Amino acid sequence: MSAELLAAPDKGGGLFDVFRRRDLLRLIVRKELKVRYRSSVLGLLWSYVRPGVQFVVFYFALGVFLGLNKQPNFVIYMFSGIILVNFFSEAFGQATRSVVANGALVKKIYLPRELFPVASVWVAIVHFLPQLLILLTACFFFGWTPSPIQLVGAVAAFVMVTMLSLGLGLLFAAANVMFRDSENIVDLMLMMATWLSPVLYPWYLVRDTLGETFYFFYQLNPMTIAVEIFHAAFWAPTAAVQAAPEGARLPEHLMSQWLPIGLLISLFILVLGQSVFRRLEGRFAQEL
Amino acid sequence: MGNEAIIVENVSKRFNLRHTRSLKETVVWLFKGRRGDLSSTFMALDGIDLSVDVGESVALLGFNGSGKSTLLKLISGVMSSDTGSIRTRGKVAGLIEVGAGFHPDLTGRENVYLNGVILGMTEQETTDRFDEIVEFSEIGKFIDTEVKFYSSGMFLRLAFSVAVHTKPDVFLIDEILSVGDEPFQKKCLARIQELRESGCTLVVVSHDLDMVSKVCDRGVVLRQGTKVADGPIIDAVRLLREN
Repeated sequence: MSAELLAAPDKGGGLFDVFRRRDLLRLIVRKELKVRYRSSVLGLLWSYVRPGVQFVVFYFALGVFLGLNKQPNFVIYMFSGIILVNFFSEAFGQATRSVVANGALVKKIYLPRELFPVASVWVAIVHFLPQLLILLTACFFFGWTPSPIQLVGAVAAFVMVTMLSLGLGLLFAAANVMFRDSENIVDLMLMMATWLSPVLYPWYLVRDTLGETFYFFYQLNPMTIAVEIFHAAFWAPTAAVQAAPEGARLPEHLMSQWLPIGLLISLFILVLGQSVFRRLEGRFAQEL
Repeated sequence: MGNEAIIVENVSKRFNLRHTRSLKETVVWLFKGRRGDLSSTFMALDGIDLSVDVGESVALLGFNGSGKSTLLKLISGVMSSDTGSIRTRGKVAGLIEVGAGFHPDLTGRENVYLNGVILGMTEQETTDRFDEIVEFSEIGKFIDTEVKFYSSGMFLRLAFSVAVHTKPDVFLIDEILSVGDEPFQKKCLARIQELRESGCTLVVVSHDLDMVSKVCDRGVVLRQGTKVADGPIIDAVRLLREN
């Protein structure tokens, strides 16, 4: 045992430490899932009820009353965006709260603190996958014939949203330890998230109404890019859309230009979030 | 040389006691021209030097507020120091509080796994030692009951049992040997002695001077953040009892 070198106790390797302690990450994720659905009859089903109800409300309000249903397969269009925004909301929202919620542990035992936001994002992925399965099932009923590029794009969009929510989650989780106001700021941001990307309306309305300059900045939001790519991958290749006279109207250069831009912005936010988190984590134990 | 388990060099820790918790108050304070102090500071530790050899068992003694627990937290890595450096060798397990990682809604079994891995074991190691842990804790058939239904004694016994089975190289203990009834306390002490004989380095914080003199060979007395004595445990205990 004495062959090991002397080392500083808080040898923070950041996110890499989380990979070194995968065992613990898995147990924390399992704990989170178990604790969330303790003494509830429906259990994990609740993660379907919420998006389900939300979907029905939007469908009637926007699809039926406002007439957006005239677009071919508007159901797929809406659902593919909603599940992505829901994933982002849960991952980002829970990650923000994770460090404060696990304060008892953070104060008492040294663990890589990134574990908690990462676990939150992981839990959000666990909730996302069944919704994705519903989307895929629906797609097959609507005659879905995606190209390999579209499928790769969908995976990249998912990676983009994961990096973005983890990065923002790390950033605001650290800020939340110092100022509990962060939680409320994040709630506001999440409220806007659904409307800042073309989930419930077509993207070209933004360009046509507000002009090219605004549209450019609108388009820089990785969530917007990810939602559009999901539309390209799940909605555009369905039969009714392809048969429609105007086809699927998607932003130009979506895969060739916006996809790499979105990935870069998300990566930048992840690096930023991680470095702020590491700078502040030394103070977590005394601030909590 | 090269046989130290812990080296603490010139470590200071200052606490900022912030009086505000919200952004609003801070902004108001900024607009008022920073009148008044938002925070006050106090030195919890002031230039501490300490080196502990592998296999030594050291007691950190002192009255309330002398900085013992802070020093332990710095060694475990929970907090980071303002100045100086701390280095440790091997696996450090800090028992700053028994049952810190326990979740009331999980069963005893699930908590053993969660806490075992939190304290640095792998899942496989926890499985290997699971029976030993349960037997030591005397929880028996309640192991699959949710921890919130445990009595406080049962809870502490299980938590302690997990901790002493993690087989760390350096074991940090903060005032936790007052666990359970007397037979169980005896068992804990015996277990700690066992760990000690197997070459584990111990750092103990406690106010129980009798217990400490049984477990440790060396005593370090802290007073208001500075080291005032460092020597055989008997001298340290005597010094503390005198004042």
